[in-house]
Amino acid sequence: MAGGYQAVRKVVREMTPQAVTALIKDSNLKGRGGAGFPTGLKWSFVPMGDDARHPKYLIANADEMEPGTFKDRLLLEGDPHQLIEGMIVAAYAIHADVAYIFLRWAYRLAAERLQRAVAEAYANNYLGPNICGSDYSLEMYLHVSAGRYMCGEETGLLNALEGKRATPRAKPPFPAVSGLWGKPTVVNNVETLCNVPHIVNHGAEWFKSLSHTGEGGTKIYGASGKVKHPGAWELPLGTTVREILEEHAGGVRDGLKFRGLIPGGASTEFLLEQHLDVKMDFESVQKAGSRLGTGTMIVMDDKTCPVGLVLNLERFFAQESCGWCTPCREGLPWTAKVLQAIENGDGQPIDMQRLALHTKLLGPGHTFCALAPGAMEPLQSALNYFKDDFERHIREKRCPLR
Amino acid sequence: MLSEHLTMLTEEIKREIEAEMHHYPRKQGVCIEALKVVQRHRGWVSDESLRELAEFLEMTPDELDSVATFYDKILRRPVGKHVIFVCNSVTCWIMGYDRVRERLTQLLGTTLGETSSDGRFTLLPNVCLGACDHAPVLMIDGDTHLDIEPSKIESVLEQYK
Amino acid sequence: MPIEMTMVTFYIDNQPYVVQAGRNLLHACLSLGFNLPYFCWHPALGSVGACRQCAVKQFKDEQDTRGKIVMACMTPAADSTRISITDPEAHQFRASVIEWLMMNHPHDCPVCDEGGECHLQDMTVMTGHSYREFRFPKRTFRNQDLGPFVNHEMNRCIECYRCVRFYRDYAGGRDFDVFAAHDHVYFGRHESGTLESEFSGNLVEVCPTGVFTDKTLKKHYTRKWDLQTAPSVCVHCGLGCNTIPGERYGTLRQIRNRFNHEVNGYFLCDRGRYGYEFVNSEKRIREPLFREDGRSSLEAISPDSATEKLIEFCAESSAVIGIGSPRASLEANFALRTLVGPEHFFQGVSDRETSLSSLVLSILKEGPARSPSLHEVEIADAVFVLGEDVTNVAPMLALALRQSVRHQPMKIAERLHIPEWDDAAVREAVQQQRGPLFIATTDSTMLDDVATATYRGAPNDLALLGFAVAQALNSDAPKVANLPDEVSALANRIAVELKDTEHPLVISGMSCGSEALIQSAANVAWALCAAGRSAALCFTTAECNSVGAALMGGSGIDTAIESMSENTTVIVLENDLYRRADRAKLDAALAAVKHLVVIDHLDSETVQKAGLVLPAATFAESDGTFVNNEGRAQRFYQVLSAKSRIGSDSYGDPFERSDQLRSGGVVKESWRWLRDVIKATDRSDAGHWTNLDEIDGALAAALPVFAPILKIAPPANFRIAGQKIPRQPHRYSGRTAMLAQLSVHEPKPPDDPDSPLSFSMEGYEGEPPSSLIPRFWSPGWNSIQSLNKFQDEVGGPLRGGDPGQRLIEPKQTGPKFFDEVPDAFQRRNDEWFLVPLSHIFGSEELSLFSPAIAARAPQRYLAMNDDDAGRLAVTEGEEVELRLGGNIHYLPVKIRHALAKGTAGLPVGLRELPFVDLAAWGRIAKCNHNE
Repeated sequence: MAGGYQAVRKVVREMTPQAVTALIKDSNLKGRGGAGFPTGLKWSFVPMGDDARHPKYLIANADEMEPGTFKDRLLLEGDPHQLIEGMIVAAYAIHADVAYIFLRWAYRLAAERLQRAVAEAYANNYLGPNICGSDYSLEMYLHVSAGRYMCGEETGLLNALEGKRATPRAKPPFPAVSGLWGKPTVVNNVETLCNVPHIVNHGAEWFKSLSHTGEGGTKIYGASGKVKHPGAWELPLGTTVREILEEHAGGVRDGLKFRGLIPGGASTEFLLEQHLDVKMDFESVQKAGSRLGTGTMIVMDDKTCPVGLVLNLERFFAQESCGWCTPCREGLPWTAKVLQAIENGDGQPIDMQRLALHTKLLGPGHTFCALAPGAMEPLQSALNYFKDDFERHIREKRCPLR
Repeated sequence: MLSEHLTMLTEEIKREIEAEMHHYPRKQGVCIEALKVVQRHRGWVSDESLRELAEFLEMTPDELDSVATFYDKILRRPVGKHVIFVCNSVTCWIMGYDRVRERLTQLLGTTLGETSSDGRFTLLPNVCLGACDHAPVLMIDGDTHLDIEPSKIESVLEQYK
Repeated sequence: MPIEMTMVTFYIDNQPYVVQAGRNLLHACLSLGFNLPYFCWHPALGSVGACRQCAVKQFKDEQDTRGKIVMACMTPAADSTRISITDPEAHQFRASVIEWLMMNHPHDCPVCDEGGECHLQDMTVMTGHSYREFRFPKRTFRNQDLGPFVNHEMNRCIECYRCVRFYRDYAGGRDFDVFAAHDHVYFGRHESGTLESEFSGNLVEVCPTGVFTDKTLKKHYTRKWDLQTAPSVCVHCGLGCNTIPGERYGTLRQIRNRFNHEVNGYFLCDRGRYGYEFVNSEKRIREPLFREDGRSSLEAISPDSATEKLIEFCAESSAVIGIGSPRASLEANFALRTLVGPEHFFQGVSDRETSLSSLVLSILKEGPARSPSLHEVEIADAVFVLGEDVTNVAPMLALALRQSVRHQPMKIAERLHIPEWDDAAVREAVQQQRGPLFIATTDSTMLDDVATATYRGAPNDLALLGFAVAQALNSDAPKVANLPDEVSALANRIAVELKDTEHPLVISGMSCGSEALIQSAANVAWALCAAGRSAALCFTTAECNSVGAALMGGSGIDTAIESMSENTTVIVLENDLYRRADRAKLDAALAAVKHLVVIDHLDSETVQKAGLVLPAATFAESDGTFVNNEGRAQRFYQVLSAKSRIGSDSYGDPFERSDQLRSGGVVKESWRWLRDVIKATDRSDAGHWTNLDEIDGALAAALPVFAPILKIAPPANFRIAGQKIPRQPHRYSGRTAMLAQLSVHEPKPPDDPDSPLSFSMEGYEGEPPSSLIPRFWSPGWNSIQSLNKFQDEVGGPLRGGDPGQRLIEPKQTGPKFFDEVPDAFQRRNDEWFLVPLSHIFGSEELSLFSPAIAARAPQRYLAMNDDDAGRLAVTEGEEVELRLGGNIHYLPVKIRHALAKGTAGLPVGLRELPFVDLAAWGRIAKCNHNE
């Protein structure tokens, strides 16, 4: 049998939902949205008994807004049916009745193509009642957001879908227990779900064999900044930083030197020259003091000011704070204002301590969600690795690179 | 009764909103969608539109405005004929956002957050548009424009009369 | 509330503590007496984990030395939980939270109303943050005009979200919300305008900073530490919420909530909070007045002369009758009754109301259904409201009902293992599910949005529904014939839902003026009791001592009027008869009597007719006892001494009032005026009561139903370590300067023979018995949050028990069901059945003297539904002619869709509308004259 949706046909006709979840667990597939949580494990938290509350929901988080990240867009524009198929399999695995694609406002082309693809899937009995003649039915809707980075946070997304302000929810209870409209819900990243049909078609072992490390599968890596060939490439999970940067992205442009990069989107720590041989998988990058995150790297050359770069990031995070919890709502603007002062030449020596203190105070568990701790990741490592740049700004009362 | 005098919510707008309602257990759930529908037709959401829409959705204006003002893509101030969203996130910044912005403000005779005096363009900043390999990026109305350089901007704007 | 009696042991800084299971750490630590700072948590609102102020360090086990920071309010106090409050990292984090909040906070404590009772101030000191490092400009906002009750100053906001959670989630208000995002979040309305919720005033206590403050206090602003306070009871409806009035320089400045776990809990309604200005009103009667003869005007006379005159009048007349009042204290009513004798004592309400309250009392006394406290209403499982517009008649009861409908759905959260205090998670899991609440009224109500089903009809039809429900529950209850199918179906549904719970509740009252309605409510409750349920039966009452006055017996005003003749001396106690009886009849009767004596605190039409007027002390200037609708007798204590009235101008500054000096402070408790007359007439059976304890003793002896009032509070000679309990905080200022312009010699503080409280700063500083707590304050806790220190368990009863004594308990088995089923309502051709419509602002006499409340009272109107208006060819706002009880009224029409056809509504209690004895038939016609 050839063509798309083979995985859907296979699961609804030949596999139990529990078997599908077990397969994904086996494959070691980890969330590709930045958190890296084991996907099969997440699905297994959904109550599956007769007394489970319905309707259950499967949601694709297509709210890609992490600065420097552009991988999901390619999947959405390039192969919407792949995502839809992955969603149907995932929905089947958790007995979901309704699926949503939560798409960011800015992805207009993706919206058009997804809308058409969903309609095509319905027309061909891959969505709606009795999929492929089975007794599994699934409704799927595309929801386009109205902005705000917080919609990309799992529980913020749920609130946005409910027509509310996208403030996050405390966990526990986890969405698998009380999610959208208080019902069992799973939210997965687009890239994660796109892996699912292939795992169904070719098996867990095959998937695991694709990577350079034990973590399974491929990853869409990206590189942006002043490199010769910015772009995105699907490579085995665990490809080294060097290979992505030098082989695929062509290295830093002529006349510039490599200074550092943020490997996985805005809320990850810097990696330097000494880290170029680190494998880009979850564990290895963590050991190197950073995070794989979204896997799309932002490259900083030697003519780009690290202070300016971090300032740009912190302004982003301060602006995108939802305003719910104190440390994020107030602490992020403070760091942004301090960085602005430093960049303007109005920095004071005490500012270094203030920034460092914030990176400690805005840690996981201290704030209500992960936005602020994420915001502190690039700042904390910049204070570490580019201390001299900061101190020069303060001493010389200007940005040395301008 | 307000619903007898609805002027901002045309039948077409109402039908578009109603088409989205069915999969929300509560009417209020569709409010973000509804705000976008109104904005698609009217360019922005005025106080009057907001009040009418609130009544249509059985919400109070306060409840609806609470949601509307949270989302930056719901425009609660008047906009020009075309809206320019220029990305100011990290990669676009590395790749030259500052000069792009300068050129834009120069050409339009206005600053970020304002509308040009001829009412043609409103210039707004935007967070990462997800096309970082083609930075700098901007969006005008529904169109994404890639690899923007200051010298190219004028001709891009020409496309929008 | 899931009551788990399992206990758990958890560790704070390596010390074990045993607490009830199911609590969060913040609640547990506070209840144990630890000073852990917090903002967004509130005992009535639960936890949301937003502010991050309550951070503590949690350790996995004894070996874990590193630990991690968690928020105490969001972490269960489970068995073996180990935390440290004093951990340096947690301590620094808490100080940082204050530092973040201070970034944008205006440094305006000296001019901020909240200063001195500000939770932010307290937490700032508690966390130890002091030095300011933030050097950038602060974010600022524009304020809104939110109406006459609540002031708005957004720059002070620390974004704790308590306001929206109280206003929207707890109180069901919808015209207030949070706007925008990040550090621009704004709490207010879509546009300026008066807050619509009847509970908006609670924002001033819920807000931990000075964003929302009491706007009426601004007119005579006083710091909390400068206010003289005493425990008191609200006088503006029958629920008897506990209050703390505050005075300074002889002006009543503010009403604040006094926590009583059984009654009002943490909140008050706006009528109770803002209705106090009558005490300061220009319309106050400040000295005795006498009219020489029918022609002359009332002139001031000395108290002694006044008493003499009254004695004279009593001696002269062959018949002395006394008309009491449902808004006067038990002691006042009893003194009058003693003076005139029980057979000449009349209740100060219409005959109809007298008979209805008598029926209500007998139902509660003889029946098996319990009269619930307001707290018990909150935890009822299923509710049936028969005939009462609760939001307007007994507002805090409506607030309690909003909480009751959350009770049953809590099971959903339980099944998902979501703790009750995890407020956001509970609400998300429960979604829109609500426990059963059925509302059957003559018109739509503000509670309809949380009702399971509503039913509208004329009072008889409401009663028929009640009878049908009772019959569906118990075949011994009388049948209702010819009930329309939908009504039958509804009755069955209500019966099923009520029976399906452990604690069903029926609410009714006298508002419709219908005996049948009250009887049907009793039948429902009794049927539920017979089915083995712990059924409660709650009757609303109109005024603060309606039940107390009713328990004293006596016929109504109409009967009193009949008995008046040219030989009668009528003594009216704290009552404007023109609000309770037909004008024409009253005019005629009062013109004929020999003497009309009024003892009251405010000028009124009755006062203007009187020959002798004695100035009565208000609740703020006297001690006494009220009995609320539950049957709970509660004590209120004097907060300003009537004896040393200094007088003040509208800004609250003292100035010399020579007329006051002349009369030397002559406002007295009504019962003391009467006691003086009793003494003089030398009646051996009446005691020469010298203080409150003595009159209460006499009252309890004469009427045993009141015996429990002797246990409400300790007697006047109660001391703690030989000391009285001070009404003034130890930081009270200006004592020696206050009267210096009159005399440099500081006078002796006034005596208080009636209570263990003193008009002084001197006295016992610690915690007195709960009925005597004059204010909530504790070292380091200057704000209302200090209340935590007075409860064994934060959010639970006051230590030692909540004040008040129940007077009425149900019997084990009850009488037979009421069997007089009324006829269904029949429309008439050109007559309409007028039903009373109550208004929280406007229907209550005393609160109308507050300008803020008067501003929100409606203009007079007549309400009818569209169909009837159509029949008369009138539209909204057009005038109609109403002929009722021999009078003609011209009123503009208001369309109220929910009113049953053939009925029309008249607002109760408005000043511009004369008294009408409702419910009654009246003729309505389109107005013919041109106006």
